[in-house]
Amino acid sequence: MLSYIAKRLLAAIPVLFGLTVIVFLIMAMIPGDPATAILGSYATPDNVERLNRELGLDKSLPQQYVIWLGNLLHGDFGRSYTLNRPVIDEVMERFSATLILAGTSLLLCSVLGLLAGVVSAVRQYSWADKAITFVVLVGISVPSFWLGLILILFFAVKWQLFPASGMYAIYGGGDLKDLAYHLVLPAFTLAVVATGVIARLTRTAMLEVLRQDFIRTARAKGVSERGVIYRHAFKAALVTIIPVIGIQAGFVLGGAVYIETVFQWPGIGSMLVKAISTRDLLLVQGGVLVVAAAYVLFNLAADVIQTILDPRLR
Amino acid sequence: MAEAAAVGARPQKKRRSGRPSAWGLLFNNTLATAGLLVFGLVVIVALAAPVLPLPDPDATAPADRLLRPLAEGHLLGTDALGRDILSRLVWGTRVSLAVGISATLIAAFFGSLIGLVAGYAGGRADTLLMRGIDMVMAFPYILLALAIVAVLGPGLLNALYAIAVVNIPFFARNIRGIALGLSRREFVDAARLSGKSNVQILLVEVLPNVLPVIIITMSTTIGWMILETAGLSFLGLGAQPPQADLGSMLGEGRKILFTAPHVSVIPGLMIFALVMSINLLGDGVRDVLDPRLKSGALTRPVARTAVMRDAVPDIVPQEGALLDVQGLRTEFRLGGDVYRAVGGIDLHIREGECLGIVGESGSGKSVSAMSIMGLVPTPPGRIAGGAALLDGEDLFAASDERIRQLRGGAVSYVFQDPLSTLHPLFTVGRQLVEAIQAHEPVARRKAEEKARSLLDLVRIPNPAERLKSYPHELSGGMRQRVCIAMALANDARILIADEPTTALDVTVQAQVLSLLGKLRKERRAGILFITHDFGVVSAICDRIAVMYAGRFVETGGTEEILSSPAHPYTAKLIDCVPVLGEPERRLDAIEGRPPMVNALPEGCAFAPRCPRAEDDCRKGAIPMVELAEGRSVRCLHPLWGEADA
Repeated sequence: MLSYIAKRLLAAIPVLFGLTVIVFLIMAMIPGDPATAILGSYATPDNVERLNRELGLDKSLPQQYVIWLGNLLHGDFGRSYTLNRPVIDEVMERFSATLILAGTSLLLCSVLGLLAGVVSAVRQYSWADKAITFVVLVGISVPSFWLGLILILFFAVKWQLFPASGMYAIYGGGDLKDLAYHLVLPAFTLAVVATGVIARLTRTAMLEVLRQDFIRTARAKGVSERGVIYRHAFKAALVTIIPVIGIQAGFVLGGAVYIETVFQWPGIGSMLVKAISTRDLLLVQGGVLVVAAAYVLFNLAADVIQTILDPRLR
Repeated sequence: MAEAAAVGARPQKKRRSGRPSAWGLLFNNTLATAGLLVFGLVVIVALAAPVLPLPDPDATAPADRLLRPLAEGHLLGTDALGRDILSRLVWGTRVSLAVGISATLIAAFFGSLIGLVAGYAGGRADTLLMRGIDMVMAFPYILLALAIVAVLGPGLLNALYAIAVVNIPFFARNIRGIALGLSRREFVDAARLSGKSNVQILLVEVLPNVLPVIIITMSTTIGWMILETAGLSFLGLGAQPPQADLGSMLGEGRKILFTAPHVSVIPGLMIFALVMSINLLGDGVRDVLDPRLKSGALTRPVARTAVMRDAVPDIVPQEGALLDVQGLRTEFRLGGDVYRAVGGIDLHIREGECLGIVGESGSGKSVSAMSIMGLVPTPPGRIAGGAALLDGEDLFAASDERIRQLRGGAVSYVFQDPLSTLHPLFTVGRQLVEAIQAHEPVARRKAEEKARSLLDLVRIPNPAERLKSYPHELSGGMRQRVCIAMALANDARILIADEPTTALDVTVQAQVLSLLGKLRKERRAGILFITHDFGVVSAICDRIAVMYAGRFVETGGTEEILSSPAHPYTAKLIDCVPVLGEPERRLDAIEGRPPMVNALPEGCAFAPRCPRAEDDCRKGAIPMVELAEGRSVRCLHPLWGEADA
């Protein structure tokens, strides 16, 4: 088991390197000459050449990559010119806020999705099943950024139940209760799509498992129907659902870009949007790298959980 | 009587047939139809935008700003610059649709190309391409699109490219799988041998076969792509003013959300309706195309087989029988067809007795055995008639809870494939303890002790260690012993063994048989033994019932039947068994196939394959005739009488 986890950790390393290669290549696609862009009206040929040498842009692409990667590994993600502070500091600060939002959402969509999927499968073709199927369809079709606005209109403006934006109250607050209060709307909005996907998959997985031979064995030995469904079938279905929850982590982390913008959550998503419109590319690069790395780790966690559940994988 | 009624009953039309057809498919189809209607309407209106009597979507009118919906001359009101929202909505939908469809086409083209090449070329090219695809998929979906837009700069076209790029992996992966399978097929080899170039083969032979998959993938991703391009525009990274799509309209309206919510709510509603209609349509199409849904394979089987007897039969219980089954009929209803898997059988088992049911696969042996404790999956199965008495108690009339108590208690089962019948994620010990605790409220420690002694009983070495093993860590014979141990956990009086030795090799088979034989003698349990193997039958069974097309065709003592079979089918079955030391003996395979039980021939079901069949065999129901004490046959021209004569 431990050796398996170690193996998976090692296998994640090439993936992380792959991420850096892709990000590096995308950044190298920037049209035009960066030195000219940076220097603006000071872009005399001499100045451009000197800056290119300083930035290492006169070297070959692979050489540039190695230098760039070396800097990354030392925690040097460059400096944000709009914020005038190291990218890594800004990114890590923002990332903790995103992690709180995305983590809560992931928990929410897992619980709600599994619950809805199991109910749907167990009461197949009942009204509950049909209602859940329909709500799930609505959930995966609704634009989350629009749903967020609607929720703000009703829950924050009309009924004043929850705050419309931010992570903490401006005056007072700052404690866990305040945070939870601010989390409700964005976390729910962010969870909607993933909940739908997980619910759908859970329903199918449960129905497939319930037809397996070992379910018949469980019934033949006199296990109660409750035990058959929740102990035998659910555990077997969970094995196929866990990797999908890992993939949903990617959609939740990505979807945070919209939700953080709508709810003005001080996370990495709203930072990215701002950085793109101000063309602060080093900040974009740092943000993308950190979130992508987090996604790889989420998937790794899903792998490990699956191994704990399924002895055949060990 | 009961049999004639069963044959006479016409299959009911599709109602209540147990598969999702009636209400389920209708429900799906109405939704799919609604989706098609909405989507079609949106497309038509978007296409017709230039000829519709709409005001200029970009004409500003500061005097008329922020009019509410239903205002005069502006059905949906106006935005912050006094522009007509309805007109902007129609034109914006046009842009959103165009962008979504273009992105889908681009992603489909490049993704399919990569998939085709990787799948067809295989080897190193495949590995290289797919690694690249994996790398792209290692990014959180929308984040990669953001990085691309960041580099290219905001703009509708750049957003389109970005969304297309991040969707390429979906196509590449789906298409590669299909292309890989196709590239190994004969017609591709034939094309290669005929001297066609790789490009020709890909375009002429492979592409037409993957086209449906490409189209299905497109239909499932297009809604998503419309949503995501709208999202980028909402963030201000897509359409730039004065150009507007639904997303940028929503994004602009957001700034005045509190004062004029309709400006942002309306375009969002439009995106929602558009994506929802596409998803409904896609789901409907997939449901219809997915063969698993069609056959009802994904319906949930309930805890116990449905019992739908026309009337509770009057039964005279057999003297001294522990288990007494009379006139059992079990049916499967699939899509309007009724499959009569078991067409009225009678059997009884006394204490310590072993009855064997023998027949080809599909003859209804297993279904008969499962029916007794209601283990036939419903839907589509149901018990349509007869009774099963356990000590005089009608099992088909018992409550669900009573059946649960008896299952694994008084009546226990051993199934064929011990790998698939044990739960793969629980240890052997846990599964044994569960079987014990389902019937006896004992502490875990105590149950574990009992589990260990059960493993000892079935002669598993090192039982304490083995309790901690998972099924996949045991050998086939070991696993089957665990299953038997589980069946013995609660002093079963009837053991129903459904081909318990079929999946095992010969030496293990012999061990399992001797174990069952011993248990029968020591515990006085009755055994119902299902098999297709006469060798196994002769080793353990006292009596035999030969089954064909859902009926018993011959019953009697093991030795009598083996030495002088009366039914031609029994004789043929026995001739199929190879005998050691007689290599010259002709192994007589039975020509033809057993009839489908949804279309049984009139008269004897075996007549079409029977060398002795005469005209009268094909008319009317053939009754079971008693030849001697405990010996019956369902045949008009049995072999038995001749042997005597």
